[in-house]
Amino acid sequence: MNSYILGLISIYYLAFLFIVAYQAEKKSKNAKSIVSNPNIYALSLAVYCTAWTFYGSVGRASTDGLDFLAVYIGPTLVMFLAFPILLKIIRICKTQRLTSIADFISSRYGKNRSLGVLVTIICLLSGIPYIALQLKAISNSFGILTRSLLNSNILVDHTFYIVILLILFTILFGTRNVEATERHEGMVTAIAVESIIKLIAFLAIGMYVTYWLFDGFEDIYNKAKLLQAAKKNFVVENESGMSMWFWHTLLATMAFLFLPRQFQVTVVENVDEKYINRAMWMFPLYMLLINIFVMPITLAGGIIFNGQAVNSDMYVLSIPLHFSDESLAILTYIGGFSAATGMIIVETIAISVMVSNNLLMPIFLGIPASKDLINLNPSRVIQFMRRFSIALIIFLGYFYFKFITEKYSLVSIGMTAFVVVAQFAPSVLGGIFWKRGTQKGAMAGLVGGTVIWFFTLIIPSLVSSGVISDKIMTEGLFGVSLLKPYELFGMTGMDNISHATFWTLFFNIVLYFFGSLCSKQTSIEHNQAVLFVDVFQYSKGIENSVVWRGKALVSDIMNLLESFLGTSRTERIARVFATRNNINLNTRYADARFVNYSEKLLSGIVGTASARMMVSSVAKEEEISLNEVVEILKKSQELMAVNKELKQKSQELKLLTEQLQAANEQLKFTDKLKDDFLATVTHEIRTPLTSIKALSEILYDNEDIEHSERQHFLNTIIKESDRLSRLINQVLDLEKFESGKVKVAKETLNLEEIIIDSIESIEQLAKDKGISIITKIDKKLPKFEGDRDRIMQVMLNLLSNALKFTEGNKGTITITAYKQDDNLYVNVIDDGAGIAKQYQELIFDKFYQAHDQTIKKPKGSGLGLAISKRILELHNGEIWVESEVGKGSKFSFSIPIE
Amino acid sequence: MKQQRAIAITIFLVCLLNFPLLSLFNKTVFIFGMPLVYVYVFSVWAVGIIVIAIIAESKNVEETQEHE
Repeated sequence: MNSYILGLISIYYLAFLFIVAYQAEKKSKNAKSIVSNPNIYALSLAVYCTAWTFYGSVGRASTDGLDFLAVYIGPTLVMFLAFPILLKIIRICKTQRLTSIADFISSRYGKNRSLGVLVTIICLLSGIPYIALQLKAISNSFGILTRSLLNSNILVDHTFYIVILLILFTILFGTRNVEATERHEGMVTAIAVESIIKLIAFLAIGMYVTYWLFDGFEDIYNKAKLLQAAKKNFVVENESGMSMWFWHTLLATMAFLFLPRQFQVTVVENVDEKYINRAMWMFPLYMLLINIFVMPITLAGGIIFNGQAVNSDMYVLSIPLHFSDESLAILTYIGGFSAATGMIIVETIAISVMVSNNLLMPIFLGIPASKDLINLNPSRVIQFMRRFSIALIIFLGYFYFKFITEKYSLVSIGMTAFVVVAQFAPSVLGGIFWKRGTQKGAMAGLVGGTVIWFFTLIIPSLVSSGVISDKIMTEGLFGVSLLKPYELFGMTGMDNISHATFWTLFFNIVLYFFGSLCSKQTSIEHNQAVLFVDVFQYSKGIENSVVWRGKALVSDIMNLLESFLGTSRTERIARVFATRNNINLNTRYADARFVNYSEKLLSGIVGTASARMMVSSVAKEEEISLNEVVEILKKSQELMAVNKELKQKSQELKLLTEQLQAANEQLKFTDKLKDDFLATVTHEIRTPLTSIKALSEILYDNEDIEHSERQHFLNTIIKESDRLSRLINQVLDLEKFESGKVKVAKETLNLEEIIIDSIESIEQLAKDKGISIITKIDKKLPKFEGDRDRIMQVMLNLLSNALKFTEGNKGTITITAYKQDDNLYVNVIDDGAGIAKQYQELIFDKFYQAHDQTIKKPKGSGLGLAISKRILELHNGEIWVESEVGKGSKFSFSIPIE
Repeated sequence: MKQQRAIAITIFLVCLLNFPLLSLFNKTVFIFGMPLVYVYVFSVWAVGIIVIAIIAESKNVEETQEHE
């Protein structure tokens, strides 16, 4: 294939990535963030699968069989443990505004600068060969596709131009904001897209080989069984194979957590802690999918190129080329290209932040002349440093590839990088679970582990490239046979990587623990240790707890912030912080909390160590003793707890007050009703009393009154007295019901009899008024239990009410009685004035008349219905009314038969 | 709760995917034409993913409050 076409394809692909990233950034500016999506987050983690996965897995599988999977099983297992480990690291980084693994370690161990430098150097040692590895993969695949030989002249080397493009891309999307805590949304989206592309490409080649060239998995394995060389791929070979599997899994576990690029996408670029839930299973699933076809491709390559000298690292490309399927070969090339570029971009951004914050910035701040430059335009300075670091790292990777890696396979470089990155494990994991870990311990562990790494893995590679003589390999260091790089202290039977993993971690852990136990923590170290280990306890209170004491002018701190954040942003941030924490910023000296907060803000931009340098340059710090720090933290913790308790108490009080208020209202209302009732009753009593008094006075004053008239007056007096006594009886009755003194004398009753009796007693009255009474009583109504007099009272009450409201001479009263279900029903229907809807409920209320003085008062006391209601309640019955104004009313009651 | 379950499952998986349990399946036996040890590793892997997915995506459990 023409190399220009393939070069163009590569450029088009990068242009496509530019567009994707650009669109994502644009959307995030319009607050429609694409990255706030758990799927994007999970996919971006797949930056773990680099060109090494894409090409190297097959190469690895062909030499070591099953072992290639260990590199993916490890991350799977650690991902399943995301809750206790990853979540904690993410929370710590968010509360402390940490943006890299170097910041993390230096911040945990007392914001120590030299630790940050050491971690950065280790990251460079692992990162640059790893980037070189990606470039080598790009270059090799390009070479195979175009069938050209590698050209040592840089200017005609296509990889060189790809490197330039990659630098541009990384600078463009990696350094838009000086604040490293701000996420790189465009970059993350591009990485997620790349993850999809490389998966599709690999699955495509896998299916092509398995189902197009062969007849499924079974076919490949059956044919491979005939090959002598493939035998070792079917089982893990002996004991050493098993131990290799174990060590490689462990190694990959740690590498996955601490590789700079993984730390970047998993921790720094995490938008929401909840996304972990999705990533926990989606990322392992991704790795499972990308590995399904590795073995079939390996075996197929072995079968197809049996006996030929074809590099197994490049089977995925060589197979389609062998069968002249160029389009598929190009797809594979793009997949590998995306795997490689993804890794380079993220790794470079991650390391560049470390290099500029931990190496360049402190050096720069140390130069006296830097002050002027920083004051002039500090964010420009930082941006320049980042960009410079990015270009530097990628170029270093390129030169490493150009002049050193030619001799090694993809795998050995990758594994070597893994081992050095794993050196972070004791300090980080110890740092988040063990408060006693100290700066000296961490330093000792890291240095020890790295030295052993250099001895067991780098020296042999230097030997094989001829830099040093191979005497050291056979005779050991200084001729001591116990110090052979591959057989340290005489340990044999392990592969180089497992051997190195074991010894580096052994020395690292031992030094870390002993170093920690033998040294004392300073107050700041202890302070940070508590904040890290108990992050879930303190994460809310960290901002408020004063773990810093000293004197700093407000103006100094503000100037410092302004130079990095700009005037308007600084003012806004300060205002928000001041109101939230109730701090006055118009004083001469700054509040300790504000100084603390400012330092954290700055550390998001220039890294922990530099931020600390800058703040201490304007502040006079006082040492806080260890006890004080603990005291302060405890106090803020207690305060928070007390606060929470108080809040809860006041909530309860509020509820109680509300309840009391409601009860009070109810009481007031009842009281008013009582008053009104009394007023009504007295009024009702006064009416007959007045007429009795008036008539008696007339009789008393006029002795010559005619006999007939006297009789009439006396008759009225008797009637009024009756009414009075009836009223008083009713009031007494009602009170008896109210107080529950009434007992019903239950006997077996016949409803029909009661109705007829009650009609009889009012028949004369009805006749006098000219009202006709109709009865419709079902035959054979069952008997029921009740108090005869009381039921009679109800009937009479309803009947007399009906009589009162029915117009004389033409009205009718209908009485019906029937049984339905287990109840007896009685209706008393009149065609009188009717009752307006709003009063239908109220008329059964003894206070009804008093409720609204505008209601036209009916004749009588108005207590009859209230009494009837009580009576029926005592019989477990009910009373209600249906009525319409002008059409009459229907009073009904029901009594259960029992 | 969610956290404890995930940890328990992971410990179990670590055992399943390591020596000596792994060596039980490390034989020259073929299932569906594929070597036993591959079928075993991939199935344990897949089942692990499914189980963890069920645990991780369950909504009812308070996964963050637990720490606070």
